[in-house]
Amino acid sequence: MSKMLHLINKSPFDRNNLDSCLRLAAAGSSVLLIEDGVYGAMSKASSAGAVSKRMEDLTFYVLGPDVSARGLDDTPLIDGINVVDYGGFVDLVAEHDVAQSWL
Amino acid sequence: MEPWEEEGPEVVKRFMYVNRKAPYGTIYALECLEVVLIAAAFDQDVSVVFVDDGVCQLKKNQDTAAIGMKNFSNTYRALDDYDVEKIYVEKESLEERGLSAEDLIIPVEVVAAGNLREIMAQQDVVISS
Amino acid sequence: MKIGILVNEGPFTHQASDSAYRFAEAAIVRGHEVSRVFFYNDGVFNANKLSEPQTDDRNLVQLWSELGKANGIDLVVCIAAALRRGIKEEVLKDGFRISGLGQLVEAGIENDRLVVFGD
Repeated sequence: MSKMLHLINKSPFDRNNLDSCLRLAAAGSSVLLIEDGVYGAMSKASSAGAVSKRMEDLTFYVLGPDVSARGLDDTPLIDGINVVDYGGFVDLVAEHDVAQSWL
Repeated sequence: MEPWEEEGPEVVKRFMYVNRKAPYGTIYALECLEVVLIAAAFDQDVSVVFVDDGVCQLKKNQDTAAIGMKNFSNTYRALDDYDVEKIYVEKESLEERGLSAEDLIIPVEVVAAGNLREIMAQQDVVISS
Repeated sequence: MKIGILVNEGPFTHQASDSAYRFAEAAIVRGHEVSRVFFYNDGVFNANKLSEPQTDDRNLVQLWSELGKANGIDLVVCIAAALRRGIKEEVLKDGFRISGLGQLVEAGIENDRLVVFGD
């Protein structure tokens, strides 16, 4: 089995990328929220429950520069989501066997 | 050992092409199909997956005459000629849209989300558009 | 590690090309080799030298060209996608080249990772 890094770049309020990823990501994979995907990391958003539910078997990351750009530095993120910068993004790609973008 | 065998077997990677978008509304379905047809020539292990609105790409009876766009749905039939045989359609996506395998233009393997999870996790390269 | 990148969107409507650029830059800083960036779909517009963003805006066509030349990245524009969008040799920014879709598959075969940026 390949260790997968799933990339989500759309808001869960716009598209079903995050939903589909949460349905189809194998246990042990990681999910990185980038671009408008970072809205899925906000703890008070109605999408947070679905993310929290898969915290047990997936690891979640969010791209800090995209969080800051959208004015969300003052907005609480879901507990357990790790914030990375672009260097961290690169490390995640290197540490996982495959990157799958949910376009 | 013959001289041409010295290099050992070519490494074959598992390529998966993931389609999640409906045809015509955007160009992604058509341009993804173009990639798959090229990829088939590369002696790699190719599979094509249709999930979410991607399943609509395979709907039978597409008729684009009145919208003036090229109907490329028949090209999916060519996948078999190109030896692209691993074609997976997610069961849940079909059902959500009120479709079934009989509505599709080619024979496919309908797989439940749980099985698709396993298939996706066995790939080396995943290309989506 | 050898990394390939696929960019499916142009430089303005979507963030995809920006993200891909920042990622490529960071990968190089981390000591990885970005061997090829393949531009597909509207991504071929990243190679249009006639593009003139406002002076206070980033210029991704320029940035990709410079990053490619400085680091020996093969910047490949898909010929099929380019032709239908009017991207031809005459408007191609230096550092880019036009070639076939096979170059994308090859990038998947020859690199340790392929990362896709799109819509």
